[in-house]
Amino acid sequence: MAAASSAIAAPSFRKLLFQRPAVVVALVVFVLIVAACFLLPALGLTEIGGMSVRKRLTPPGEEYWLGADAFGRDLLGRLMVAGQTSLGIGLGVAIISSAVGIVIGLVAGFFRRLDTPLSRVIDAMMAFPDILLALSLVAIFGGTMLNVILALSVVYAPRIARIVRASTLVIRELPYVEAARALGTRTPTIMVTHVLRNIMSPILVQATFIFAYAMLAEAGLSFLGVGVDPRTPTWGIMVNEGRQYIDTAFFLILFPGLAIALSVLSLQIVGDGLRDALDPRLAKET
Amino acid sequence: MSRYLLRRLIGMVVVIFLVLTIAFVLVRLAPGDPASLLLGPDATPEEVVALRTRLGLDQPILMQYFSFVGNALQGDLGRSLFFNQPVTQVLASRVEPTAFLALFSLMVALVIATPIGIWAAYRRGSLLDQGSITSAMLAASVPSFLTGLIFQRYLATDLGWFPASGYGGAGASFGDRMWHLVLPSITLGITNSALILRFTRASMLDILGEDYVRTARAKGMTERRVVLRHALKNAGIPIITVIGLTFALLVSGAVVTERVFNLPGMGNLVVNAVLRRDYPVIQGTLIVVAGLYVLVNLLTDLLYLVVDKRVKY
Repeated sequence: MAAASSAIAAPSFRKLLFQRPAVVVALVVFVLIVAACFLLPALGLTEIGGMSVRKRLTPPGEEYWLGADAFGRDLLGRLMVAGQTSLGIGLGVAIISSAVGIVIGLVAGFFRRLDTPLSRVIDAMMAFPDILLALSLVAIFGGTMLNVILALSVVYAPRIARIVRASTLVIRELPYVEAARALGTRTPTIMVTHVLRNIMSPILVQATFIFAYAMLAEAGLSFLGVGVDPRTPTWGIMVNEGRQYIDTAFFLILFPGLAIALSVLSLQIVGDGLRDALDPRLAKET
Repeated sequence: MSRYLLRRLIGMVVVIFLVLTIAFVLVRLAPGDPASLLLGPDATPEEVVALRTRLGLDQPILMQYFSFVGNALQGDLGRSLFFNQPVTQVLASRVEPTAFLALFSLMVALVIATPIGIWAAYRRGSLLDQGSITSAMLAASVPSFLTGLIFQRYLATDLGWFPASGYGGAGASFGDRMWHLVLPSITLGITNSALILRFTRASMLDILGEDYVRTARAKGMTERRVVLRHALKNAGIPIITVIGLTFALLVSGAVVTERVFNLPGMGNLVVNAVLRRDYPVIQGTLIVVAGLYVLVNLLTDLLYLVVDKRVKY
């Protein structure tokens, strides 16, 4: 039954996703950014170059397309390497916060006794603004890449949990869940096969947005100097380093900043497109 | 109504209690003994023990927790390790720039977003509508530090129209201090206009589809009056909601913006506290901000009652 319905839904989903040119463009841009960051350096096609006093702060031009940084290294090459960390953190947060949020949301939605306490904790967690909470967590546990991912996952997991809980409360009352229960299906099986599978689309949409927000938040943390170790560059760290040269070499701030903006923008447009395609009822509201 | 209020108040108390608990647990999870951290590496073991006793760190953890919650509820958030002053005093001295920054940037965001949102909804599907949605997304995607640094470099340093950073120095007049908040407020306002624009547009779309709007049009009322008298009045409610929602965005944005423009506000304070491992200040800021968030959201819910007579709880 599930296979049959997805077979019918599949072409229309694709059609809906790609019907807006903006979504197609955003998807292509995002894939290109990912490919540039992960494939080009791996294939040895980028050259960051050694440090060179003579070439420091070379403006964008023929030799260095996007200019050279304060140590005379190619900015474009550095952007790609830094992008691996920035994108990696965004993806990591999207995955971990979804996983944690799903578990908490399902438990809260399924077990009435746990619902109120869990919901209140979610409320309390959401009362902390994202950067502030992440900042405090990183301050306490130390600024490693893993800790930044975990801190931001703690920040965003409640959002997923809220959505999962709300959907679970609706779906658990549906006749087919009752039927499954009457047939003696165990609760964990119902939770996964009957409920979770039916709420994957809102989760996917939200995870895409969290990917985007997490990249912005990571950039914010790095900019503030409390993100990952500055020796592993991220786009936010590059902006922060560029601040010293704000008057002489603004491109050192501009290009990593634009890299963040472009990635976040394309992710948000893709997220919007996904939401419209997965839930056409919502489409008209945005 | 009073039952609803009671339920909301109880909910609020529970959430604030949990906020305090989370703040307590977080700081307790920090590696290292606070007393040795506070005294530095040169302290003798006797000094550490003495300070532990003074800070109550030799008490059972549960006792520490109860005294922490009790103190916090009485407005005592501990002492800053760096300033050696009560945290509340340190925070109070930093409130002004942050509060005005939040207020002004909210005003900037409303001024940008509400007319465009209304207009976009009215001309739904037009080029202007699509353009407004795209620019809202762009505003939400560009990190606020990038906008801020662009303004700082070009509008402040190059053109000299605005002060580039700081808060006017010691003894600056109120007007001068506010003048230093112009660029930061525009920076933060642009970022926050995105959510307000999308919200205003969505709620106007809802309202323009309502029966009473159709009736007003059918009566021959001019389009201007339909939009301004009927639709706009009712769009006020969702706009109140969004103010509650943007509060968290404002605070997060303020942390970054204050850093860009070097404003001596709470955001800058908390970043410095993080860099200095000044845990009581971090803890205190978390509590105050989360408490304000809860309060703001309660107030916006109550404002509904005043603005919209149909809402009954």
